Amino acid sequence: MSMNESGGAGLARAAAAPRAAPPPFEMLVSAHGTAVLRVCRAMVGVVDADDVWQETFLAALRTYPTAQKVVNWQAWLVTIARNKSLDHLRRTARVPEPMDTAGDGPLEGGDVVVHAVEAGETAAAVWAALARLPQRQREAVVYHHLVGLPYAEVAALLGNSEAAARRAASDAMAALRALLGGDGKGHGKD
Amino acid sequence: MSETGIPQILAPLTGGEAAALAALAGHFSAAAAAEGLVDVAYRVVDSPVGSLLLARTEAGLVRVAFASEGHDSVLDSLAANISPRIFLAPARLDEAARELDEYFAGHRRRFDLTLDFRLAQGFRREVLDYLPQITYGHTASYATVAAMTSSPRAVRAVGTACARNPLPLVVPCHRVVRSDGRSGAYLGGPEAKALLLALEAAS
Repeated sequence: MSMNESGGAGLARAAAAPRAAPPPFEMLVSAHGTAVLRVCRAMVGVVDADDVWQETFLAALRTYPTAQKVVNWQAWLVTIARNKSLDHLRRTARVPEPMDTAGDGPLEGGDVVVHAVEAGETAAAVWAALARLPQRQREAVVYHHLVGLPYAEVAALLGNSEAAARRAASDAMAALRALLGGDGKGHGKD
Repeated sequence: MSETGIPQILAPLTGGEAAALAALAGHFSAAAAAEGLVDVAYRVVDSPVGSLLLARTEAGLVRVAFASEGHDSVLDSLAANISPRIFLAPARLDEAARELDEYFAGHRRRFDLTLDFRLAQGFRREVLDYLPQITYGHTASYATVAAMTSSPRAVRAVGTACARNPLPLVVPCHRVVRSDGRSGAYLGGPEAKALLLALEAAS
């Protein structure tokens, strides 16, 4: 955990370094393309993620020359990716599973997960497990653990407090460990 | 971004990202161009004077930069001075690349490219306007060039204008030399200047 914390802080520092002008847009694509892809995949699924990734960067590019006040390009792009993902979900009427109200919680999807694991699709299994999480938990884990945003930025995205964001991520990790078999192959500490 | 912070349980998610991103980035430049969102297109070409960065706007070729100028810092300054919507788009610089190839092969004595002079203002711009009058294979002194301008005694300023020419090679600042016959300073280094003058003398 401590490694991750320092990683997040490092990213934030680098992104917040004062610049005279926005860098060439290509630099943003190469520096943050991965983070945006992870957000899109987690939000809309691997298949639709490519389209949403494209929409995200095009939207960013349209407003880019006037985005002078942005201090953290990564957080800015993740915000756009999140909005584009939510738009996409609304458009396709595939509202993210409202797990909070589903009663039995994440373990409900266990069968799908087991299936995927048995098929040897490790990544698919993890995506499936992630998809079973309540949206807020899923987002917290993606923004913090996959993208590397500090909890303060995660809270800003989710519109909650830093403590709540931290709790959501930690609940999510516990749920993922339960879903994927915490001591399974390669799943060590986090 | 650093991969070290990712919990192992989530690590499988990062598989295949590199390939997906390469494809996405390729499509993205095309989509950006189709929407008219590319303000500056660039490419890097090899040449006898080292790798050259070529950049253009809608208006024309706007920058030719030697490796010694630091291509990354040139891109940063294009972002600051023109627009940060800059993309690697080699096809949009095909014509410039072809004419430069012909020039270095000794087959071209004059460039027929549309130029965008927005990076040179005022007196610097005026100097650049006169430089094409020094024809292929010839040289002129800084003082001679100054004499052609509205400030005939501004010899030093002519030197500055040449040293900061945003379109070297195409706008032939390499043909401006010192009055004592020595070739003088050059953006691309003295060796590059000597090479160009020798090339033009031989062709």
